[in-house]
Amino acid sequence: MLKSEKLRALILSLLLFGVFLAAWQIGTMPATGTQTVDDEYAKLVGAAASSGQKSAFPTPTDVGRKLVEQLSDPFYDKGPNDKGIGIQLAWSVGRVGLGFGLAALVAVPLGFLIGMSRLVFQALDPFIQVLKPISPLAWMPLALFTLKDSGVSAIFVIFICSIWPMLINTAFGVASVRKEWIDVSRTLEVKPLRKALLVILPAAAPTIMTGMRISIGIAWLVIVAAEMLVGGTGIGYFVWNEWNNLSIANILVAVFLIGVIGMLLDMCFARLQKAVTYRD
Amino acid sequence: MQSFVQVQALKQSFPSPSGEGDLVVFDDINFEIAKGDFVCIIGHSGCGKTTILNVLAGLEAATGGNAFIDGREISGPSLDRGVVFQAHALMPWMTVHANIAFAVRSKWPDWSRAQVDQHVQQFIDMVHLQGSENKKPSQLSGGMKQRVGIARAFAIQPKMLLLDEPFGALDALTRGNIQDELVTIVRQTKQTVFMITHDVDEAILLSDKIFLMSNGPRAKLAEIVTNPLPRDRTRATMHHDPKFYEVRNDLIDFLVHRSKTFAAA
Repeated sequence: MLKSEKLRALILSLLLFGVFLAAWQIGTMPATGTQTVDDEYAKLVGAAASSGQKSAFPTPTDVGRKLVEQLSDPFYDKGPNDKGIGIQLAWSVGRVGLGFGLAALVAVPLGFLIGMSRLVFQALDPFIQVLKPISPLAWMPLALFTLKDSGVSAIFVIFICSIWPMLINTAFGVASVRKEWIDVSRTLEVKPLRKALLVILPAAAPTIMTGMRISIGIAWLVIVAAEMLVGGTGIGYFVWNEWNNLSIANILVAVFLIGVIGMLLDMCFARLQKAVTYRD
Repeated sequence: MQSFVQVQALKQSFPSPSGEGDLVVFDDINFEIAKGDFVCIIGHSGCGKTTILNVLAGLEAATGGNAFIDGREISGPSLDRGVVFQAHALMPWMTVHANIAFAVRSKWPDWSRAQVDQHVQQFIDMVHLQGSENKKPSQLSGGMKQRVGIARAFAIQPKMLLLDEPFGALDALTRGNIQDELVTIVRQTKQTVFMITHDVDEAILLSDKIFLMSNGPRAKLAEIVTNPLPRDRTRATMHHDPKFYEVRNDLIDFLVHRSKTFAAA
């Protein structure tokens, strides 16, 4: 029975989480004596942590407390280096929305074109294959140098990294539309635009939506990395700032919230995907 | 007087995979179909029946020969020729109503929503699918899906109907019911119909003329049999007609023996 299965899974999840919390608590209890650490690590973390006297890693209760603290006033603004976590997340989500939106605006029509024309596909394929694997961190310096604005650079980097799954999936979806449906359109003398919107688009929609779902995941990954490099506002910047303050607890809170937002974004797109899926 | 459909010296061949000479599916196919006639074409698999249908539909071009409809050469698909495909070919994301409306709007793009809806309902009623208007194809049985395909083809009121083994995937009971419906509809609309079938009884019930194809490769239109049974025949009673078994035996003998030996003769 499904209900009991879900219940059992929930209990198992909670048990695993409990075990994890217990291990964490034990692992972060204060250690006695000093430990020697790597020179590079010592330079990176500063005196306190490198002496190993008190474990710099926060306990679950520390993190829990910080989480409550952050969430109780998420939108405070005390200046450029001190903003609430809600504001930071909003900045990040906004940038993702913009970058992803622009990428979608380019990917879907271009994907259509590639899917419908073998010539265009063969002409553009080498470019796509070479550009696709380039990491966002490699794009960042180029973007900063040419675009000069850090916010715009971040959005550009999201655009250039999240466009590929959507582009490739749209092209594939369009090219794979069943011949029968195309034949039906031919016998009904359907004009090209009407055919593209009423036959090809709905037919390819599930594949396109899958591409979008993958792309939004990539966009969210990229924004955190991009903001760490670029700074200013955003959750990536928050993480980097807290790293400079050596507030690991805050970092953990941020990491947790990054995961939650990523999950929510994915859930949104999963729902959209379900809406356009049809049973053949 | 010129026949409604004329096919002359139709030939279909492919370059042979081994590179030596062409693989000829059929050649020297000649036939005419008069307006209002119901023609069934029967033959073993591989003789090119679907290709001939696709050529008449304008979906494929033959390697050689000509096909004319209403005096004009067939150069592409047209709303004048409605097609019922073998595997219903319904759009799975559209409801029954939307599938038929899509066709109706293709033919009459200036119609108002009310006009389209009324016209669609007429044809849904014709195939006895009232109550299923808002269902998606995945919610329908095979017979119902095929009925929608038929309704869609009829809804555009084409000059000619082309049916590619429309009942092949259905069980005998459903097939019988839809055959009866098709007989009624076609007698009302008096459309010209070209249908591919493997079912000899179906051909005798529905058609005025039966085209018999010999076996491929190099298949030919071996015989044209005129249906001797009266036009008001029904599925339930036609087997009592004395001429029924005569024509049925003739067709089966062809399929079993003569289709093979035709080329040799």
